[in-house]
Amino acid sequence: MSIFQELSNRDRVFEFLAPAASPVDVRHGPILYLEDVSVSFDGFKAINNLNLTIDDGELRCIIGPNGAGKTTMMDIITGKTRPDTGSVWFGSRHNLLTMNEPDIATLGIGRKFQKPTVFEALTVFENLELAMAADKRVLQTLTARLSGEHRDRIDEVLKLIGLSQLRNREAGILSHGQKQWLEIGMLLMQKPRLLLVDEPVAGMTEQEMERTAELLTSLAGEQSVVVVEHDMGFVRSIAKKVTVLHQGSVLAEGTMDQVSNDRKVIEVYLGEGA
Amino acid sequence: MSILRSLTSLLLFLALTVSSVAHAQTSDSEATALLQALADSSYAQKEQIISDIASSGDERARTWLEAYADGKLSQTKDTGQFVIVLTNRGRDWTVADALSGEELGEMSRRNIDKLRINNALRKEVEGLLSVIDLTVDNADTRLAAARALKGEVDAVLAEQVVSLLTTEGDSDVRAALEEALAIHRVEQGDLAAVAVLSGSLNAQARVALNNAAQGDNPELAAAASKALESIETKLKLNSAAETLYFGLSLGSVLVLAAIGLAITFGVMGVINMAHGELIMLGAYTTWGMQQLLPGQPGLALILSIPAGFLVAALAGIAIERTVIQHLKGRPLETLLATFGVSLILQQLVRTVISPLNRSVVTPDWMSGSLMINEALSLTLNRLYVIGFALVVFAGLMLIMRKTRLGLEVRAVTQNRAMARSMGIKATKVDILTFGLGSGVAGLAGVALSQITNVGPNLGQSYIIDSFMVVVFGGVGNLWGTLVAGLSLGTINQILEPWAGAVLAKIVVLVFIILFIQKRPRGLFPQKGRAAEG
Amino acid sequence: MSSSQSWLLRPFNERSTQLFLGILIGAVALVSILHLVFPEDHALHVSAYTVTLLGKYLCYALLAVAVDLVWGYLGILSLGHGAFFALGGYAMGMYLMRQIGDRGVYGDPVLPDFMVFLNWQELPWFWHGFDMAWFAFAMVLLAPGLLALVFGFLAFRSRVTGVYLSIITQALTFALMLAFFRNEMGFGGNNGLTDFKDILGFDLRSDATRLGLFIATGIALAIGYVVCRGIVLSKLGRVSVACRDAEARTRFIGYRVERVQLFVFVVSAMLAGVAGALYVPQVGIINPSEFSPLFSIEVVVWVALGGRATLYGAVIGALLVNYAKTVFTGVMPDAWLFALGGLFVLVTVLLPKGIAGLLRRRKKADDDDQVTGQEVTA
Repeated sequence: MSIFQELSNRDRVFEFLAPAASPVDVRHGPILYLEDVSVSFDGFKAINNLNLTIDDGELRCIIGPNGAGKTTMMDIITGKTRPDTGSVWFGSRHNLLTMNEPDIATLGIGRKFQKPTVFEALTVFENLELAMAADKRVLQTLTARLSGEHRDRIDEVLKLIGLSQLRNREAGILSHGQKQWLEIGMLLMQKPRLLLVDEPVAGMTEQEMERTAELLTSLAGEQSVVVVEHDMGFVRSIAKKVTVLHQGSVLAEGTMDQVSNDRKVIEVYLGEGA
Repeated sequence: MSILRSLTSLLLFLALTVSSVAHAQTSDSEATALLQALADSSYAQKEQIISDIASSGDERARTWLEAYADGKLSQTKDTGQFVIVLTNRGRDWTVADALSGEELGEMSRRNIDKLRINNALRKEVEGLLSVIDLTVDNADTRLAAARALKGEVDAVLAEQVVSLLTTEGDSDVRAALEEALAIHRVEQGDLAAVAVLSGSLNAQARVALNNAAQGDNPELAAAASKALESIETKLKLNSAAETLYFGLSLGSVLVLAAIGLAITFGVMGVINMAHGELIMLGAYTTWGMQQLLPGQPGLALILSIPAGFLVAALAGIAIERTVIQHLKGRPLETLLATFGVSLILQQLVRTVISPLNRSVVTPDWMSGSLMINEALSLTLNRLYVIGFALVVFAGLMLIMRKTRLGLEVRAVTQNRAMARSMGIKATKVDILTFGLGSGVAGLAGVALSQITNVGPNLGQSYIIDSFMVVVFGGVGNLWGTLVAGLSLGTINQILEPWAGAVLAKIVVLVFIILFIQKRPRGLFPQKGRAAEG
Repeated sequence: MSSSQSWLLRPFNERSTQLFLGILIGAVALVSILHLVFPEDHALHVSAYTVTLLGKYLCYALLAVAVDLVWGYLGILSLGHGAFFALGGYAMGMYLMRQIGDRGVYGDPVLPDFMVFLNWQELPWFWHGFDMAWFAFAMVLLAPGLLALVFGFLAFRSRVTGVYLSIITQALTFALMLAFFRNEMGFGGNNGLTDFKDILGFDLRSDATRLGLFIATGIALAIGYVVCRGIVLSKLGRVSVACRDAEARTRFIGYRVERVQLFVFVVSAMLAGVAGALYVPQVGIINPSEFSPLFSIEVVVWVALGGRATLYGAVIGALLVNYAKTVFTGVMPDAWLFALGGLFVLVTVLLPKGIAGLLRRRKKADDDDQVTGQEVTA
């Protein structure tokens, strides 16, 4: 079926012809656009009329108390969860609600999970190899060969994430922080247009956090980055624009200073008495 | 001839009505004279004599006539004594005195002279017998006799039935008599009687109506056809009810077999392939109990309920402690290991007890059937199993909803790590739930022993079906198991008549495979982030 | 550098594959020589019976390799691979049936005996073509492949995995067993297909044909092993492992998990079909009992004993368990199920990595010393 489907599926044929660059249409500005999105689990509204726009090349931080819907929002963008209502667009051409996870990933949205998930039985090198942007269809994967160019690219990223020494060790033996780095490395290998990064600095030392901050800031511009983070110090160090989520919708948006002086935000974070 | 017959019957009837009140008993000498006359007379005369016997009012008349119809009423050659042959195998036959009923032991076959009878007479005797029964005090006997009359009524009997109807007090007996009479009248072309038969489920009534529908009288034929139609509808309804009953019965067996599995699978996420063998253990417990209490199958069965639960629960806990707890977080390995356990248990039973099936006695109060009407009767053992399944289900619901254990079980099902951090001893919960689920399997075995053979392969034949029920119903949801079990059982029974048992099973399997395409988490899925895992 | 080679050639650079092929070829050659060179009464003679028995073991070994490919590397515990094995076997059986021609008991030139017995007037449509070897041999691959394709498409698309999938595969083979037991299916009912005469013109009862089938099975096992090893060593093999360990993550980096699963599952089913096809002429019969869930799950324990996700472990396990089964059922048949049941429990509880795990533990200690200086060979 897979071969047959590959051949008969007409919109996949475009991949042969399409230029290497991502076909995402950002001429109109935003790269990600969520409008009136709602989703509920057993009556609990995890996301409630959420509106969010991310501009091309922007670095955006999203904060909010537990249960604000941050992870669910990422699930919706990456195709894991389907919203009950609303629309989600990637650029002005791609309706993400009609696509599944691998399609969305291939289109150029990379995601780092809250809990670092790497392929523990594979080596660090192999983890990066699998994540590398390539033709990811079945037969092409079977016959794929690793060129010197690919190898250089992997080496480069290995150096960047500081795991060159451990390249041939199984990822399962890495520490929590190293797994975080490996996952960021995998994200880089994907060369996505949009990176969704869920709590990237949990379990990292002060220096590592600084390096992560540097890395994420350097990515912005070429790529768009959305960071969900609890560590306010970290957010303050990288954020130009911050969005505060609360009970599934946007509570406030602006610079870190604007947001941290917002009365509603203070109430949510510090309670009514503040 | 027929006038003569009518006359004798009428006389007989009058005599009977009197005798039934008086309960007179003729003296032995009169009786001997009657029997002697029966023995000596020609076939033509015998007809008169049997009606004399019937109308004699003698309580023994029924025994004599029955024996006569069966060819067992005889006279000894040497003494001329009238006897009833009890067994007629071999050279010597056992006989009893026809007058006193006293057993006389064995007697040479050559000494016994059978009172001759022919088919016409036999029919006559049978007719007489049914009329005799119609006059006894016991309403049940009358009802049975009245039902037996359907299709047997001729002109003579018809008159008697009419008279009987004037005195009959029991409504059921009346209805049966009226129907019997109506069958006769329809046969005679009576249009009014068709109305009585419309809606009747009796086979003879349908024969009569069918004949009428094909008869020459157009008016009668039309009425009969209409009556037949309504009967057809009613029959279809009844057969649907029967299918539903069988479906519910099969379904309740599935529910019993699957619900224990649903508990262990739901809570621990492991598939216990030895679940079927735990069912088998329950069934063997019933068998063993009956061996311990010979002659008291009812008591043994009732004691088997707690015993079967305990045996299976202990076996289940033993499996949990020795195998499953070492395989935490490896559901596929657990599946394999418990399959090994199931092989061992099966072979154990084969070696220790027998590779052959053992039959478990069904106590009297569970055998027989509940007759709803002439086309529909429900076998009692299945009715009990349905009831038992519902009781077990209700009991489990209570445990899950109202007890501390139930609360902890539900907590562990939803989030093991969280439950543990709140102080719930997950190990203890594991042991108890496994014991509970296994014990319920034992109960299923006890119930199964009443409707199928008990053998080493008993469990195997239910394990796949049980899993289908759990998958269909949704994991960790008892209501789902109930609905899934009952509906799968019913679907299976509905398909069976036109697909055959094997094909029905295949269709159900394919259906489930397609079903989980649409709803991978079953009918009643757990929702939300917790379920995403 | 092995990673720049074609995927099918890569296994030949690998020590373990070289060793495996060496032993396999050596053993097959040795058995053939012992059978041919020594006269029947000689102590070193290997009888035709033993040759066929070994051929049967090699069929099982190939089946085990197929199961290990999906279980070990893809994490799909199939309890229904016996169904693919049996389908391949039936395809071969149908060919052998048609080869009988008019030599059957009833002497019908076209209809197999059981159809004559059932009073069938003509060949059912699905029996046509099986008189041609090429068609039948193609069906050996296509029939199991197609079933795996349809079943896998439905199952993987709706993301049925884990114990659910295991149970569904078991239900699949169970349903097929019930179906093949029916006479109306046209596959000989519970007697199955038997009384075969010859294959490709060679008499099945002759020793030479039996030896030929044994050698063919050895070659099939070698090819099957190399194909599986090639997949495992390719990027697709690593993606399979990724699907096994973190399905969701694999999706988020752009792989269509269900297609990877489907591809590997179909390949595995085809290999199982080949094993079944070679099995049938050697044992001389195919009947619905090959569909029984017990057989399929037994295969899994061979793999578990040998050590999953190694491929060669599956071969070791299949040979060991089946040899033990032959010995046990000869000496004390009642004890076999106890032994098999005990094996299931002991292997899963005490020896989760199987025999191969024991072998590898020693090797790994050596490897770890050198790991830092080694270049990438992935």
